[in-house]
Amino acid sequence: MSLLEARGLEKSFGWRAVLRGVDLELGEGEVAVLFGPNGAGKSTLLRLLAGLSRPSRGRVLFRGQPWEKDPFLFRRSLGVVSHGPFLYPHLTGEENLVFFGRLFGLDRPERRARELLEAFGLSLFGRDPVSTYSRGMVQRLALARALLHRPSLLLLDEPFTGLDEGGRSVLGSFIRSFREGGGTALLVSHDIRESLSLADRYLVLEGGRITREGRAEQAPEEEIAALVGRRGEED
Amino acid sequence: MSLYLRQVATLFWKDVLVELRSREILSSVGLFCLLLLLVFSFAFNPLEKDLRPVFPGILWTAFYFAGTLGIGRAFLPERAGEAFSGLLLAPVDRGAIFISKFLSTFTFMLLAEIVLTPVFFALTRTPFTASPGAFLLALLVGTAGFASAGTFLSASLSALRAGELLLTVLLFPLLAPAVIGAVRLTEALLTGEAEMASLWFKALGAYDIIFLVVPWILFDHLTQEV
Repeated sequence: MSLLEARGLEKSFGWRAVLRGVDLELGEGEVAVLFGPNGAGKSTLLRLLAGLSRPSRGRVLFRGQPWEKDPFLFRRSLGVVSHGPFLYPHLTGEENLVFFGRLFGLDRPERRARELLEAFGLSLFGRDPVSTYSRGMVQRLALARALLHRPSLLLLDEPFTGLDEGGRSVLGSFIRSFREGGGTALLVSHDIRESLSLADRYLVLEGGRITREGRAEQAPEEEIAALVGRRGEED
Repeated sequence: MSLYLRQVATLFWKDVLVELRSREILSSVGLFCLLLLLVFSFAFNPLEKDLRPVFPGILWTAFYFAGTLGIGRAFLPERAGEAFSGLLLAPVDRGAIFISKFLSTFTFMLLAEIVLTPVFFALTRTPFTASPGAFLLALLVGTAGFASAGTFLSASLSALRAGELLLTVLLFPLLAPAVIGAVRLTEALLTGEAEMASLWFKALGAYDIIFLVVPWILFDHLTQEV
């Protein structure tokens, strides 16, 4: 059984149809990467899969059931990194992690927060307000927030954005160990080579539909690069 | 403590912490309220006129106008880093998010009111003839009505581009029963009309309950598309 499944997902904003019937399956322990030109609907698809937005048509299934059937189980299993950091700028890095850790019902959120700050190279800045962080530091903290509750499913929208070489390497090794540990992830990225090296499968979203998919090692890198460089049909 | 209450407490404490750092609500509400007070005291000249008949109206107009600033800023911390999406991704009952936001707005407004009410009485030279306990209760129910209806409307409109404008336009019609109730209750307390005070206290209490329970139930639907 697939861990996450989208069936006939459609999403329109007014007259503009962004997704026109997306079907996809993510098997347990699978890491897939989603490519597409700007405006193809990648971020919208991720928001629908995360339950942050409702589809105009179609449904999202988690372990074969609509996620709405047990939203708390779904949210406890899910970690999301999106364009926004989902953090409070006035709170410190540590306070943000402890706050979200408490909402997830972690036993010792302070300890977990320190662990993640250390893992993402932020322990020296844990007591500084997030508003003083650089873009890369915010992205590292957003990743730490997504991993706080040890989710089994990760939805990552451009997770490499803003990261320096050190950050990219930390994230890369994290995704590899997450995959080895049986974790499932869907990664949206413009960084073709790096993301293909982390994934089992690739998907291409164009014009609101999945137009191509296959094994990551057989991905036509040049074709994808040409496509990603092109603007979406709806733009 | 149940998980639900722990989550409400965590969310409320986060709002307190953010407010202590940013001081956006307390400073804007407090300052605007004080300015309104000064304007009223100059405009009505308490040395020449007895302001007792209009005092409750002046008091609540100032509190509600100033409170609009606080309500408009209630969801600002959530918008800044798209933190609201972070809340929605957590296994938290959406009603708990509403209750905690109501509690923080209510607490910040009440703090400003407790500090400014004696200043109001002094500036308008109005003798304090009510029982302090009953007067505090009037502040509590009047502020609870404002905070609950305001938080509900602010949450409903926070995702809209013209949300702030719509908030000020829609807030006052929605608050009209609470304003009338709070003014009449304060008036009855200051003039010693116990029966009238009890009637308006009940009416205001009913308004508070409706605007606490209905948004608490509806908050899940309100936050489905962010």
